[in-house]
Amino acid sequence: MTNEENTLTPSSVLSPKDFDSGFDVRWCPGCGDYAILANLKRVLPTLGIPKEKFVVVSGIGCSSRFPYYLDTYGMHTIHGRAPTIATGLKCSRPDLSVWVVTGDGDGLSIGGNHLMHAIRRNVDIKILLFNNQIYGLTKGQYSPTTKQSKRTKSSPTGSIDYPVNPISWALGAEATFIARTIFQYPDHMQQVLRRAAEHRGVSFVEIYQNCVIFNDGAFRYATDKEMRYDNIFELEHGNPMKFGRDQEKGIFLHGLTPKVINYKQAGFDETDLLHHDENAQESTLAFFLSRMRYPEFPEPIGIFRAIQKPTYNDLLDNQMEEAKQAVTKPLQEIINGEENWTVT
Amino acid sequence: MEEVQKLKKEDKNRPRKSKQTVERVVIRLAGDSGDGMQLAGLKFTSASVMLGNDVSTFPDYPAEIRAPQGTLAGVSGFQIHFSSTEIYTPGDRLDTLVAMNPAALKVNIVDLKPNGILICDKDSFTPRTLAKAGYASNPLEDNSLHNYRLFSVNITKLNKETVSKIKGMTGKQINLTRNFFALGLISWLYDRPLHTTIKWIKSKFKNRPNIVEANTNTLKAGYYFGETNEFLAIQYSVPKATMEPGLYRYISGTQALALGLATAAHLAKKELFFGAYPITPASDILHELVRLRGYGIKTFQAEDEIAAIGSIIGAAFGGSIGVTGTSGPGLALMSEALGLAVITELPIVLINVQRAGPSTGMPTKPEQSDLLQVLFGRNGESPLPVLAPQSPGDCFDLSIEAVRMAIKYMTPVVLLSDAYLANNIDPWKIPNLDNKSPIEVFHPKKSVESGNDRFTPYTRNEHLSRPYVLPGTKGLEHRIGGLEKEKITGDVSYDPLNHEEMVNLREQKIAGIVKDLPLQEINGPTEGDVLVLSWGSTHGAAHTASENLRKEGLSVANTNLRFINPLPSNLGDILGSFTRILLPEMNKGQLHLIIQARYSVRAKSMTKVQGKPFHVDEIEKEIRKLIAGINHD
Repeated sequence: MTNEENTLTPSSVLSPKDFDSGFDVRWCPGCGDYAILANLKRVLPTLGIPKEKFVVVSGIGCSSRFPYYLDTYGMHTIHGRAPTIATGLKCSRPDLSVWVVTGDGDGLSIGGNHLMHAIRRNVDIKILLFNNQIYGLTKGQYSPTTKQSKRTKSSPTGSIDYPVNPISWALGAEATFIARTIFQYPDHMQQVLRRAAEHRGVSFVEIYQNCVIFNDGAFRYATDKEMRYDNIFELEHGNPMKFGRDQEKGIFLHGLTPKVINYKQAGFDETDLLHHDENAQESTLAFFLSRMRYPEFPEPIGIFRAIQKPTYNDLLDNQMEEAKQAVTKPLQEIINGEENWTVT
Repeated sequence: MEEVQKLKKEDKNRPRKSKQTVERVVIRLAGDSGDGMQLAGLKFTSASVMLGNDVSTFPDYPAEIRAPQGTLAGVSGFQIHFSSTEIYTPGDRLDTLVAMNPAALKVNIVDLKPNGILICDKDSFTPRTLAKAGYASNPLEDNSLHNYRLFSVNITKLNKETVSKIKGMTGKQINLTRNFFALGLISWLYDRPLHTTIKWIKSKFKNRPNIVEANTNTLKAGYYFGETNEFLAIQYSVPKATMEPGLYRYISGTQALALGLATAAHLAKKELFFGAYPITPASDILHELVRLRGYGIKTFQAEDEIAAIGSIIGAAFGGSIGVTGTSGPGLALMSEALGLAVITELPIVLINVQRAGPSTGMPTKPEQSDLLQVLFGRNGESPLPVLAPQSPGDCFDLSIEAVRMAIKYMTPVVLLSDAYLANNIDPWKIPNLDNKSPIEVFHPKKSVESGNDRFTPYTRNEHLSRPYVLPGTKGLEHRIGGLEKEKITGDVSYDPLNHEEMVNLREQKIAGIVKDLPLQEINGPTEGDVLVLSWGSTHGAAHTASENLRKEGLSVANTNLRFINPLPSNLGDILGSFTRILLPEMNKGQLHLIIQARYSVRAKSMTKVQGKPFHVDEIEKEIRKLIAGINHD
C-alpha cells in the first residue's frame, strides 16, 4: 500500500539536522556508535528519499538504541528479531526504505537464524551490523565474534568459542550486497552506506565498532594511524588489491590462498595483482577475501559483493498481482463455495 | 456387476424390505489411510445435506503421513452425524460402522453401540492383515462380535468384478474404487440419493472416462447390493430437518477462518498479511489463504514462529492487517513478540489452533489447554483479548471480530480454535457480505493546527487506543518499541509511577472492550439447578446434553463463552442464578480457575484430556450427578 498524499519532498532541502530526533544520546562517551550515527545522518538526506519514508528497525543491544536518535519512523523491537519485523514491513510497504540496525550479539547469536533468512530471501532491506566483538549492554560477555581465548566476564580463563566470520556467513546466505567499513573511517563509511542504500535487494554491512568499556582497542590494528596501512586495504571494483604506506604491497593469488608480496620490490607490476570484481556472480572471490583476517593478512574493507537478483518483495508483489489478475469471481461467490444448497 | 445382477434377479420374488424412519444417525467409515474413507465420508455428507438433514462430521486422520498399510496407526476414519433435528456435535456412539480392514475394526469397534450395524470387508480380513492388527483369530468368524449386527460383505471382490472389465483399469485403480462400493452400500442403507456423488465423479474425472465409469458403476453396485442382499433387512430414512431458510454450504473451522480473514480484509478495505510457519493442525489456514491471494491476502511462510509473528508486527506497523496462525508449541515461541505487540499497541491477530500438549504432545488431537498460556503466558502484565469460536461457522464470524477488535483497540488479539473445530465440518448458512458492517480504520495525518508540535504517539482516544499512524506520513515521524513508554509522548521512561499508570492503562483498555461484547445468552431457563458453562468447541456437547436433559424435565441450562477476555458483563449475574455450575473443558480446569477467581460461585470442574472432544452422555452423566447432589442437600 502506498501513501498517495505524501508527495516526494525535494531531498536537497534535507540536512543531517533534519534527522536529529532531539533525544539525548546515551551511549558511553567514546563509543564507536556515535561515529556511525553521525555518518548515517550525513548519508540519509542525500538519497533523494523523503524523511518520512525511512524506517529504522532494531533489536536489543547498544546498537539497537539507534532508532531513538534518528527522527525517522522507527521500531526498537526484541532481541534478534529485527530482520523479521523489517521483512514483514518491507513486504507490506515496498515504498519504504527499511533499515535494520543490529550488533554481533543481536544479529549473529540470538538473531542468527532470522538474519540468515532475511539475507537469503533478498528482501530489500539495509542491514547494518555493528561488530564490536563483545556484549556491551549486558556488560561484557563474549559474543559470537569475540576472538578465541579472549578473557571476558563470562570467560575469565579465555573464550573457547570459535568466532563466526560475518562476511563469510553472509556470503553463505547468498547476500547480494556485502560490505565492511570501520567506525573511524567517515568518508569510507558514508560511501559504503550510500552504496548499500542504493542497492536493490538485501544489503549487509559489517561495521567495525569499538566498545570503549568492554573491548577497547579490538580494532586498533585497523584504526591506528601507524598500523592501519599494513593491516587494512580498500576494495575497489576493477582495481588491483594493494596496500601499505606507499601502496607497495599487493595481494597475489597463490593456488587457492592469498599471498602478500611487496610487489614493487619483487619486480611485479600492478597488473599482476589480484583485481577486485564486486559484480562476480559466483561468490568465490568474495569468500576468498572474507577469509583474510588480521594478523595473518591485511583485512579488506569496502564492497565485497554487489550483484543483482530479483528481491523477495518484488517477487511477492508479482505473485500478488498475478493472483489479482486471475480473480474471476467476487468474494461472495468464493464464500458461497462450489457446493451449496438452499433451504426454503 | 454380473454377480450383483444375479443377486438382484434372485431377489425378485422376495418381499420388499421394510423402511424405518429414525430421528438421527451416527455412522463412521473407517479404513486404511489409503482407502479413501475421507472422500467417501464427504460424499455421504453432501448427499445428506442435499436431503435437508442437519449434519455434523468429524474426520479422524492418522498422525503419520504414510503410516504402514494395514496397521492400527494407519487407520483413517470419517464420522457423520445426520439428523432431522438440529444437532451440534458429530455424535458420540455409532449406529453404524463400516470397517474396510481388521485394523479399522479394532480401532473403531469400541465406539459402536450394542446391536449397532457393523459392515466389514470380508476380503480384507486375511491372516496377514489380521496379524498386523493384532488379532489372534478372525473376529468375523470367532463370534467375538456377537453384540453387533455384523454384515461381512465381499466388498473387495464385488468391487473388482464390477470394475475390472472396464478398459484401462490397473490393479491399483481397481482397488481404489472400493470406497465407492461401500459408499453405495450405506447410501442404500440410509436412503441417500446417488446423483450428487455421480455428478461430482463426472466433473472430478472429466478427462478420464474409465475412472468415471468405474466409480459410478461400483457406487451403483454397492447400492443395489444393499437393496437386494438378504441380510440387510431394513432401510432407514432420516427426514429433512427444519433449518432456517437460506443458502447453505458445509464448512470446516479452517475454511471458515480463512474466509473470515478474507472478509475482514474486504470489510476493512485493507491488505491482510498472513505470516506463518507450518505446524499441525494450523498449517491448513496458510494453505487456504494462499489460494485467496487474489482477494488481498499476502501470505508469507516464515523461517519459524518467531519470524512469523515478527513479520506480522512489521506488516501491522506498515498498515496491513497482520495475522498469524499456529498451535501450542508455536504459540510458546511467539510469546515474547506478543508482548512487543502489547506494549507497542499494534493490531495483530494470532490464531491458535490448540492441540494436545505439553511439548509436541499429540499434534493432531484437540485440547483446550493453551487458555492460561494465552491469558498469562508472557512476561510482565500483558493483557490481551481472547476469543474462542464455538463452531466451524463461528470461526468465520469471530475471525472478523478479532480483526475489528485489534484495529479498534490497537491490540494483539488471540483467537483460540482447536484441532477439533479446525476439522469438524458442519452445514453453514452463508452470510451475505452486504450485511456485514465495515471495519473502520483511521490513520491520522499531520493536522495544520499542530504546527511544529512534536507528534505524541501515545495519546489515547475514548477507547484508550493510541493513533494508528503509518510510516510514510509526513511530519508524524515517531519511534515505538519494547521499552516502557512515557504516557502520551511515547518516549522511553523508567519513571516508577508512569510505569504503573501505563500498566493500568493497558489493562483498562482491554477491560473496556466489554462494552462492545454481546450480552451472554442462556439456552434454557434463566435460573435453576444446573448451568453448564462451556467455552469454545465444547459448546456442541454441552448444548446437546443440556437440551436432552431439559426434555426430561430437569432444571438445566447452558451457556457458551466465545469471549474469554474480557468476559461478558452479565456473566456474574447468570452464574449467580443457578445452584450449581458445571464447567466442562478439554484441559485440567483452566477456565475453572479463572471463573473461581472472578466470581463467588460453586463451579464444578469437569475435565477431559484424551485428545478427544466430550461425548454428550459424559456431560449428561455429570449434570445428573450434580442434580442428585442438590436434591440430596
